Amino acid sequence: MVKLIIDNKEIEAEEGKNLLQACLDNNIYIPNLCYLHGMDNPPASCRMCFVEIEGEHKPVTSCTVRVKDGMVVKTDTPDIRQLQRTALQLLLSVHDVDCAHCPANKKCELQRIAKFLKVGLKPKRLELLLKEPEIDDEHPLLDYYPNRCVLCGKCIHVCKTKLGQPLLAFARRGFYTTISFYGEKPASDLNSSCKNCLACVEICPVSAITLKNDSDQIAEA
Amino acid sequence: MDNEIKAQEEAMLKDIASQLPAFGKERGSLIPILQMIQENNAYVAPEAIKMVAEHLGIPTCEVYGVATFYNQFRFHPPGRHHIKVCLGTACHIRGGEIILENFERKLEIAHGETTPDREFSLERVACVGCCALAPVAIVDETVHGHVAPSKVEGLMLGFRIEKEKEEREKQENESGQ
Repeated sequence: MVKLIIDNKEIEAEEGKNLLQACLDNNIYIPNLCYLHGMDNPPASCRMCFVEIEGEHKPVTSCTVRVKDGMVVKTDTPDIRQLQRTALQLLLSVHDVDCAHCPANKKCELQRIAKFLKVGLKPKRLELLLKEPEIDDEHPLLDYYPNRCVLCGKCIHVCKTKLGQPLLAFARRGFYTTISFYGEKPASDLNSSCKNCLACVEICPVSAITLKNDSDQIAEA
Repeated sequence: MDNEIKAQEEAMLKDIASQLPAFGKERGSLIPILQMIQENNAYVAPEAIKMVAEHLGIPTCEVYGVATFYNQFRFHPPGRHHIKVCLGTACHIRGGEIILENFERKLEIAHGETTPDREFSLERVACVGCCALAPVAIVDETVHGHVAPSKVEGLMLGFRIEKEKEEREKQENESGQ
């Protein structure tokens, strides 16, 4: 165990532990979307978990930093909040903000972070850019909503952890990036791999992957 | 025509299958394999993606993910007539998008796709180097400048007449024999 100072508060953590995890374990909330407990190499792709560390001249993503003795960390400086707000607004600018009709309403990670950072869900300074089509129903059991997805990649991570070989992956790039189930086997083969798992549905912070409404019928057929 | 396409496709897959063993099974081979397929066949077919995944022992979706990341890979076979619509800066300003949309609506395909009869394929390109003629479309190897919706209409009509003529000649030949 080593001691480090976070927001002027002294906490103890194991040396080498993930800094983001150490903060979260000590009830210091840092907004984050793509980090999962136990990840060896966090992707650091959501750009939300920035902190300032004394001795570093730039803000760093806390999910990629390991705890060291005597570290002095600040999570609540104006610079950090500005970075996080911009990152969130960029995510919201490609997000179909239709909370009333979204199954994630009230348990949505975007809503939580927006509330925490005091950011409106419809940022006015950025143009809204939505993808087509609205729903990807290629998968026999699941529906994918590209305009809800924040591309955190958690679904790919859990699928890979469970099956060894993920059944979904990022496809295309830039604004067109989506999660794709490409090459998924027909419904009859899914009973073992997807039907009893649904880890991707559970892990999704914004309900971008949901069970098809009529999936029960498909599973029985 | 359909049988012809089928035979072509089978030959292509056979060719790919014969080339795959020359590549190693490590992940680093993925892009060279895809490039080989693209170069030999001008597109990467869905069946080919599956074969590559099997050869390397990685998920199909991952091969698809890598292939769709790069612009150099196409997923639809080239059509008999290849149409490129320029969306470079000058053409963009002069309404290249409208021209592309015109072609898309006329051919009932999106850019990057090929009509089911493989007559036409449509592609968007960046600058083709004749900005003074914007908006520009390149049909087969012919450059068409100052394209307007009426010109698109005319081009498509030309192709239709040409095709009808070809079919008539074919029929005449057949009946003549």
